[in-house]
Amino acid sequence: MDRKVTLAVHKFSSCDGCQLALLNMGTTLVELAERVEVKHFAEAGVLEEDAQVDVALVEGSVVTAADEQRIQRVRNNSKYLITMGACATSGGIQALKNLAEDPESWTAQIYPQPEFIDSLERSSAIKAYVEVDFELWGCPINSQQITAVVTQLLSGVVPWDDREKLCIECKRRGHVCTLITQDAPCMGPVTRNGCGALCPAFGRACYGCYGDASLPNHSGLAVRFNGLGLLPKQVEQRFTLIHPDPDARLPIGNSDKQRHREGQADE
Amino acid sequence: MEQQIPSFLLRNDLSVLLDLLVADGYQLHGPQVRDGAITYASISSLSDLPVGYQDQQKPGHYQLAEDHNKRFFHWANGPQALKPLLYPAREVLWQAKRNASGSIQFIVPVQSFEKIAVIGVKACDIAALKLQDQHFLQGEYVDPGYQARREGLLLVAVNCSYAASTCFCVSTGDGPSVESGFDIALTELDEGFLVAAGSEKGERFLTRLPLQNATAQQLDAATQQHETVAAMQTRRLEPIAVGQLNDAREHPQWQDIAERCLACGNCTMVCPTCFCHHQNDELVMKGDESQHIREWDSCFGESHGQLAGFQVRDTIKARYQQWMIHKLDSWQEQYGRSGCTGCGRCMSWCPAEIDFVAEANIIGGADE
Repeated sequence: MDRKVTLAVHKFSSCDGCQLALLNMGTTLVELAERVEVKHFAEAGVLEEDAQVDVALVEGSVVTAADEQRIQRVRNNSKYLITMGACATSGGIQALKNLAEDPESWTAQIYPQPEFIDSLERSSAIKAYVEVDFELWGCPINSQQITAVVTQLLSGVVPWDDREKLCIECKRRGHVCTLITQDAPCMGPVTRNGCGALCPAFGRACYGCYGDASLPNHSGLAVRFNGLGLLPKQVEQRFTLIHPDPDARLPIGNSDKQRHREGQADE
Repeated sequence: MEQQIPSFLLRNDLSVLLDLLVADGYQLHGPQVRDGAITYASISSLSDLPVGYQDQQKPGHYQLAEDHNKRFFHWANGPQALKPLLYPAREVLWQAKRNASGSIQFIVPVQSFEKIAVIGVKACDIAALKLQDQHFLQGEYVDPGYQARREGLLLVAVNCSYAASTCFCVSTGDGPSVESGFDIALTELDEGFLVAAGSEKGERFLTRLPLQNATAQQLDAATQQHETVAAMQTRRLEPIAVGQLNDAREHPQWQDIAERCLACGNCTMVCPTCFCHHQNDELVMKGDESQHIREWDSCFGESHGQLAGFQVRDTIKARYQQWMIHKLDSWQEQYGRSGCTGCGRCMSWCPAEIDFVAEANIIGGADE
């Protein structure tokens, strides 16, 4: 290859935790910098927001009118766009506002001068606005996911989208099931792997931050949660903790955009 | 080797056996309590064993209770036993390195040959081991890693003195007592163990133990214990003929199961005979080195049924059929017997509380 692959990291509404997964890569980050040219990565001090790049990593959800414009520019400037983290892939925790019946009253309850808040009615995933080529789920994502997707792209192969259930990885690692032994409402049976079964490794139930695995049986798991003594409202809260937007369960691709447009037309 | 009349070993003299094994270069591996379950891991002395614990199991539930007895092995099982030891959940099959000249070098990792003695293996798991041996060692291609680990293994089996409500090894013909496939077999009684050798290797250790002749009373107690445990098993998998489940794919019960099944794969992961796996390449960031990884896979997962460009099993129903029909039906044509040894793990560790035996009996027509 004559020139290095170029990379940009863009931030939208988020906590920066996924960018930290990049910065926390240690020596691997140095190796990454040797193989790619980082054009824009504000958290790391590299600024060229409108640079044309081969790969864009996008963190955060779209919540302002300015975000709406900027994500179009990012898309136009990038050959391959990867969303990283819960906010970018599903709208994130801030998409709780999408469920609110009277979102404006929330602003008034939180901020002393709500008139300074200028945001859209919804917190939306990046794929609601532009086509996304690959998604990294998780809240936050981890360094291994970045390494895997970048090395696969640099090798010229389509990245492997692992939508396997968390339980499988949990069992590989020999963790004792928290749902079976502790009656804990573990989301593992419907949640996508990628974290390496981090919470169960510490005896904690999975809370579903990696979103849906393939073929999730939500109602089946809800039945078990009811059996554990959770009330219907508690079950619902368990399922919507990190990915509250009901649209978050859409697959990526054209159908999403279609559905989003239809949604806008309805409004 | 001929069956011999077992000898008697005092309870605390079991430590002598452990010492002999260690002196002979064996690492000790055995049951212990971890995170609310009986799990197998390294042990250093008798005090690591789950003395006085008992497992209460039913579909979707596993609880350990403190038992009044002071026995080491008065429990049924935990989520895993021998499988992770011989067939690791994740294993590097080979590495590839690109040299400065651009040529690629393939490196096969050196297979370790550690001597491991597993203390307290149950009959269902010995039966499962025989099936894993058949798969990994006796086919057209031998698995070198499995073979190396298997050759270093010494098995100290224990005849069950307790059955969980999920146990059904009597109906599969695999327990509750071991008959072959072990090096040493123990029958735990209140005051000690009846000990028998099952191999030349095991016999060499027995000759160095402080054994006494077993009394007629002890032999009777062992027989009684065997019968009591067998009678404790109320769950029964009815015989399934080759093709019987496969021919029943239209049975309405499959759809009923599919509505409850989470397709999480836990049943296959804890099954001591499941051997499915996938392989992946993991690259380092520098791009000059990759590892070819083999990991446990499940027929409930997405990658298992993903062929070139299409998914062959895209519903939970199809995946559950694959699991049960292969395990109980087509396995017989493949390996000469059913793939189920009656351990009950697929039920206990199922988050949806699915009763595998009851479902098989319904679909097989035994409950009609």
